[in-house]
Formats: sequence, C-alpha cells, structure tokens
Amino acid sequence: MVIAVGLTAFVAQQIDPDNVFARWANPDATRLSRAGFQGLVVSGLSQGALYGLIALGYSMVYGVLGFINFAHGEVFMVSAMTGMIVSRKLAEAGHWGSEFDFAFVLSLLLVVLVATVCSTMTAVIMERVAYRPLRGSPRLIPLITSIGVSFFIQSVSLVLLGSGPKAYAPRPDWIQNRHSFLGFDIKGSQLLVLCVAAVSMAGLWYLVERTKTGKAMRAVAEDKEIASLMGIDVDRTIVKTFAIGGAMAGIAGVLFGLLFGSVTHTTGFLPGIKAFSAAVVGGVGNLGGAMAGGVAIGGAESLGPQTILEPLGIPGATQLKDAVAFLALIFVLLIKPTGLFGERLSAEDRA
Amino acid sequence: MTAAAVDTAPARSMLDQDWRKLINWGLIVALSQVFIALSNMPVKLDDRILLEPVLSLGYLSILWLPAVVGYSVGKEKMLEGVVARAKGIADIFAGALVGLIGGGGLSLLVVLIDNFDLRDPLVNWSPQTLEVLTFDGSVASGVLIWLLVGAGLGAVGGALLVLPDLARRVVRSIALVLLAVSILESVIRDLSEKPQLEGVTDWIYFIRGGLAIKGAIAIAIVTAAYVLFGHARVRETRASFQALEGPARTKANTVVIAVGGVLLLVLPMLVGKITNELLANVGLFVLLALGLNIVVGLAGVLDLGYVAFFAVGGYTTAVLTSPNSPGYSPELPWFLVVFVVVVLAGLSGLLIGAPVIRMRGDYLAIVTLGFGEIIRLLFLSDWLSGWTGGAQGITRVPGVQVFGLATVRGTDPKAVFYLVMVFCAIAIYISWRLERSRLGRAWMAIREDESVAEAMGINTVNVKLMAFVVGAVLAAFSGAIFAAKVGAVFPQSFIILVSIIILVVVIVGGMGNIVGVIAGAVVLIGVLGGPSQPGLLQEFSEFKLLIYGALLVWMMLKRPEGLIPNVRRSRELHQDEFLQDAWLKGELDTDDDGGEVAPA
Repeated sequence: MVIAVGLTAFVAQQIDPDNVFARWANPDATRLSRAGFQGLVVSGLSQGALYGLIALGYSMVYGVLGFINFAHGEVFMVSAMTGMIVSRKLAEAGHWGSEFDFAFVLSLLLVVLVATVCSTMTAVIMERVAYRPLRGSPRLIPLITSIGVSFFIQSVSLVLLGSGPKAYAPRPDWIQNRHSFLGFDIKGSQLLVLCVAAVSMAGLWYLVERTKTGKAMRAVAEDKEIASLMGIDVDRTIVKTFAIGGAMAGIAGVLFGLLFGSVTHTTGFLPGIKAFSAAVVGGVGNLGGAMAGGVAIGGAESLGPQTILEPLGIPGATQLKDAVAFLALIFVLLIKPTGLFGERLSAEDRA
Repeated sequence: MTAAAVDTAPARSMLDQDWRKLINWGLIVALSQVFIALSNMPVKLDDRILLEPVLSLGYLSILWLPAVVGYSVGKEKMLEGVVARAKGIADIFAGALVGLIGGGGLSLLVVLIDNFDLRDPLVNWSPQTLEVLTFDGSVASGVLIWLLVGAGLGAVGGALLVLPDLARRVVRSIALVLLAVSILESVIRDLSEKPQLEGVTDWIYFIRGGLAIKGAIAIAIVTAAYVLFGHARVRETRASFQALEGPARTKANTVVIAVGGVLLLVLPMLVGKITNELLANVGLFVLLALGLNIVVGLAGVLDLGYVAFFAVGGYTTAVLTSPNSPGYSPELPWFLVVFVVVVLAGLSGLLIGAPVIRMRGDYLAIVTLGFGEIIRLLFLSDWLSGWTGGAQGITRVPGVQVFGLATVRGTDPKAVFYLVMVFCAIAIYISWRLERSRLGRAWMAIREDESVAEAMGINTVNVKLMAFVVGAVLAAFSGAIFAAKVGAVFPQSFIILVSIIILVVVIVGGMGNIVGVIAGAVVLIGVLGGPSQPGLLQEFSEFKLLIYGALLVWMMLKRPEGLIPNVRRSRELHQDEFLQDAWLKGELDTDDDGGEVAPA
C-alpha cells in the first residue's frame, strides 16, 4: 500500500511537482533529474553486484550445509582490510600509480590476489575450527556459533588494527572520476565493480556447472550420504565450498575498498546482512538467483528512499536506506518465502 | 563403568609421543600468544595487579595458555573399551614441549618487534609492547625468559595430569579461588568497610591493589583445607537437600529463597556506591536475560532483535516522562508510564512478530536482527527526530517516584538496585510459573520438534507469538528502568551488540534454566561488564567483544547446554549420546527398527 502510494506520488511529482496529488503527498516535492535518477540506478547496480558476490558464499554454504554462516560478512571485511594494508604497502613502495595503466592493473591484481587468499583462508579455518565439529547438530546451533565467530573476527580486527576508518592508498583519477559509458554517466570504480562481478560470476558458473568439483558440490548439496557413497569426499567438498565462497567475498572486499576508499572493523556487518537478504530474495542455493537478488536489494536500497519515501514527505529519506533493504527482504519472505527464483536445497533442508 | 574397568596400561616412555599433535598444539599456542601480545592486552592489563609483585592480569592473559594446553594435550578421550594409560613423565614432557613452542613464538615476536617496524597496519607493534614482553630487560633475556617460562608452565600443566585426583582438585580449587579473590578485590574491600574488617583486607591485599603473597598463601591453605575436609560434608548436605520431596522440599526451598532474598536486601546497604552501581547493572541484565530466556530458552525462537523492545521501552518512558521530550511531553509519572510501556511493547511485539514468526528458525533470526537495526535507525533518523531527538536523544528523564515516598534515579544506585530487584522477582515468578504451565509445556514441545508439536494439536504460530510478546514486554520493562536509571536515552544505547551480549549471557548460563541465566548474567556482566557498562575488570572494556565472541563459540562447541543446564534441554542437545548410553546399559529396546537412534 505504502509502496503503491509512494510510487504513484513519485510518478506524479516527476510529471509535475505542482499537481494536486503530488502536493498532497509532499508539499516540498521537487523533480528528480534524469541524471540523478541514472546515478541512483548505477550506484544501486554496483552496490548490488557487490552484495551479489558476497551472497554467493551465503547461498552456497546454505545449499550444502543448511545453515546461515553469519560470519561470512566478516570474511568480506578481512579481505577489504587486507586490501587496504597491501595497497598502502604498495603505495609506500611506489608501485601504486596515480594513472590507470598496465602497471596499476598489475598491482591491483596483486592486491586482489593477496586479499582473496586471506579471505579464503579465513573461511576455511572458520569451517575447520567452528563448524565441522557441529555438523549434524540442530540448525540453530551452528547459526549461534557463526554469530560468535563473526563478533570474534570483528574484534580481532579491532584490537590488531585499531578502530576508526582506515583509508586505501589514493585511487587513480580514472577510478574516481565519472565517465560516459553506453549513455550512462558512471564512475570508473562502479564500472570496474560491474565488470569484475560479471567475470567472477561467469567463472563461478563454469566451475559449478562444468567441472568435476562443481558436480561434487552439487551432489553434496543434494544429499551428503549418497554423495559419499558415490566416492565423493564430503569433507573436502565442503571445504571447497567455503573456499570458493570466501574467494568471492574476497574479490568483493577489494572492490568495496575501491568503491568507497576506506574500511573499518564493522565494514562487514551491514553488507553481510544485506548480502544474506540478497541470497534469500534470489532463492537460497540458487547462484544466479543470489546475483539477481543482490542487484534487487542494491536497487531497492538505492532507489527506494528517493522514489517511495521522499515523495511521501519523509525527511532525510536516504538515512533509511538500510531499513528499506530489510523491509524488501521481509516483504519477499512474506509473499514468496522460497525467493524470487526458487530455492535449491537438499530434501532434508527443504522440510 | 564398574571399578574393575579402570585398569590402566603402563605409562608411555618419554619419547613415545604423537609428535605431530604436539607440534600442532604448540603452534596454536604460539599463534594465540602472539595474537594476544599484539592485541595490546598485556600492556593494557598490566596495571591490574593480581598477585603483588609477581603477576599482573596482563601477563596472566598470555601465561594461562601454555599451562592449560599443556594439561589438555595429554588428556585422552575416554571411549568405551579403550584402556586408559597411566600418566607419567611422557605427559610432563609433552606439556613442556608445547609450552616451549609457544614460548618460541613469543620470542620470535620479541626479536621481530625489536628489528622491524610494522606499526602501520598493526597498531600495537610498539615499544610499550616490547617493554612488557621483555620484562623491561634486554631482548636476549626476554627470549630466554619466554622459552623457560613457556616450557615450565607447559610442564606444570602436564604434571597436573600425573597428580592423583584429589591433589588435582586441590590445585584447581586454589587457582580458581585465588583468581576470584583477586578479581573481586574492590567488592571485598567495599564489604569489609562497614563491619570494620579493614584490617583483614589490608592484610590480604597489597595497598595499591593485588593480593599480597602472605594473603595468597593464607587463602591457599584455607582452600586446600576446605577441599580436603569440608567438601565431603557440603556435598552430603546438598545430596540430602536434593533428596527431599513433597512438602519438605517446598519448605526447604522457601527457606533458601527467603534467606537469599534477605541477603540481597541487606547487601546494598553494606557496600558503597560503585559496587551498588555494578549490582544495579547486573540486575538490569538479569531482567533482560530472563526475558530472552523465555523466547530462546523455552520456545526455541532465536530472536536477535531483542534490543528493539528494550529500545521501545526506553524511548516510550523517555518521551512520556521527560520535560525535554521534543515532540510530545506529558511528563507523566513513571509508574503510570510502565503500563503504557507494557501495552506498546506488546503491540510492537505483535507487529514485528506476526509477519516473521511463521518463517524458518534461522531466517527468523536474521530478520529480527534486521528489525533490531531498523528500530535504531528509525529512532536516529530525521523523520522521527521530532519525537525522539535523533542522535541527541532525549535527556532529563526524571527518576521513578515511589508513591511520593522517594525518587529513584541513577544518582542513587542503591535505590535503582532495589527497583530492579522488584522487577527481577516479578520476572522470575512469571518465568517459573510459565515454565510449568500448559503454555510453557507447549513452548518446550515446539522447541524439541515443531512438526510433532503441531501434530499434537498445538497452534504453533500463536504459541510462538506468545513467547515473542512476553519476551518483548520483559525487555521493555528493562528499557523503562534503564531510561530512568541513566536519565537519558540515545540511539547508541540500543545497538545490536546488546542483543548479542544478552544472548551470550543466556547461552553461557544455560538456556531454559532460570538459575543458570541469573548466574550467567551475574558472572559475565559482573566481571566483564555489559555493552557500555563496566564490570569488575574494567580494564577489559576494549576486549569485551573479543571475549564474548570467543566464549560464545567455545560454549557452542563444548557445552551448548550452558554452565547450569536445563535437564530437558541438554537431553535434546545430546540425544545421540543419551541413546547410546541407554543402549549400552541395555535399556533401549533394540528389537525395534532402530528408528530411535536416528538424530533429530
């Protein structure tokens, strides 16, 4: 209802901020410029791509083990932190140029590599120490454990690296400036995020659908016991699942650093929860769905405040973007609990 | 097992070791010690002396590791049919080796800090850390000391395994009592002031804090004497108390509760302001934990947005009582407002609960977490700042006027404590009655198996919603007291961390057990402190989150039922083991198709 009224008011205000209905909804309505709207769409897309990359980890782990790895957001944070440290060290050594050229791409690749290795290791150690002993226990037990893991990793970062936001090495102008691309006015960092996300997604799709490892993962997700009877090493496959999820979160972490330029120890919390929402919205266990869900959540939080809340005359609507993202999650869970694109879970988890 | 089954195999020779396991554990100790050293714990906690002049809390934060791991590395899992080995020199050696590797890690760190500068990412890579790690001496002496101390403590840990049971119990009790006495120093000193017993505490403690050596020795002797001679009698008394049944048990219970109540009434009069403040904080968290215990412990609904209702209670009270409330300020008396708080909290519980209660348990957890965050964001936002004051919050919340007799406000923690006590008593009574009611049994049935509960005719949605609402109301009560106690409400007081810490309290204490939950709150909040309230170890404030996180993981892995478990709950969590035990004893009907053995 609120959404319908808000959207109608938005459309009315777009046509003419002075018509009666628009004035009734929000006396101070102004028209959102075309460029402004485009900017919202683009930032929603790039944010959403990030959420999607993180969501893949949630989705894969839920598909295989049937529990929410709440600490996955912290894996993302570890990568963003490592990226910050490596980029700063590279800048000190003079290998972090201000030009977006081949040398810069090489150092960026190095940053991504180190950060991804760290986040992957975090995910794997997490599985080994905290989750493997709990396999087969009631569903809420590993979830509570993962909450503990999450706060533990957060505070490890806090006590080792200190509080307060930590800046990445200054990013090249090309990344920070706006460019015109396919008729869109887009920041270099946003373009980079979209491209990298697309490539990673394609790689992941190939891995899961076309390789033997992927086949084993799908088999374990379907039924662990039968898979082990077929000669699949279930423990190894689960470790691989965590590793791949960690690697995706690792890539997302560095991209986050490039997009926003600084990280804190709490960086992983909100993106983590939103990425989980993305996984649920897209349908848990469904990889394409996770990406689509990410874009949906990113779009909702970017566009929602301006197109639904602002036209209703709610001041400071952009402060409520996190609330909008959660409300989108609750809304989807209420009307379609299996997500927009359907779940892919094993028989026992579906029950 | 009968006594005849305790045969032991001969002890291993010194070099007959599982080397890989030892090295792995040694590396774990080394890594953990390096991490603790770099976390700044030794520096920050160095001022807190535990045992003058030998041991500060800072050094203890590192030194407990080799001893504990040295002890546990020699422990064997006792499986049915395995013959235990006698413990001997091999175990001492194993402990020493583990400790040595750990000390090696620290020595390496000392050398590295001396030679390299990694201060850019690692903020505690500092001269102060080096100073503490080298005991204010040279690097070489620091390395030597760490190697020796590591190996020595590891050996001590291993040697504990060799000791006979009784001696081990004596050592363990002495260590725990000494630790407790030194942590409780401020409270004990406070308590001794009124009855003029300062002479005793001055003798036990050093002037500037920390146990004195002579005091420590005296306490050790008393503890040992108690363990050796008094322990058996106490255990007998307890057993005979538990054997009581019927009216005799009720009578005994009443006596215990009455004595406890009187003690709690007298306690605040004996102690000073700071200890009273601590007691009031603990009481507040007992109240919060009791509420969450109903939702999580009884009904098994993992509500992570519990802080939302705490916030609703706090803000409702602030808006309705404070003259500074920006939107609407009727300045009602607190006791009237409490009724509004109950109604509003119940309504918001219904509003939030109704859509989410049907979801799967784990989705529900995340969605309620989202709600907890949304509510804080709403209170913080410009949209509602006309009512809630945005980031500035609402100040000048007056205290509680007790029927014109007295005003309870934050400046008088003793009064706050009594107020909290009254509400805790109400909450305990409610929990206790609910647990034994039809509703309580329905909750427990749902917790054990929702589908079966539904098949038994329980309306699971309504019943779970009831738990959610009852929990919400109890949280809102605490919020109302909190607002009156602090005298102001700010959005920062209602962060998600509050939910998580209450969850840790409930889980560590023992989900579903009222006594356990209270004990959990007293120990954790009392010693470590709440999200923004200091505990006895105020030096820990920076590391609180670290410890709570680690504690949560450790409890879930080792003892998910909590320290003082609810019998039924722990049976659910260890169903496999219970069935196995029953099968071994021949109690289980094995002619069946084996359906019982399947895990839940």
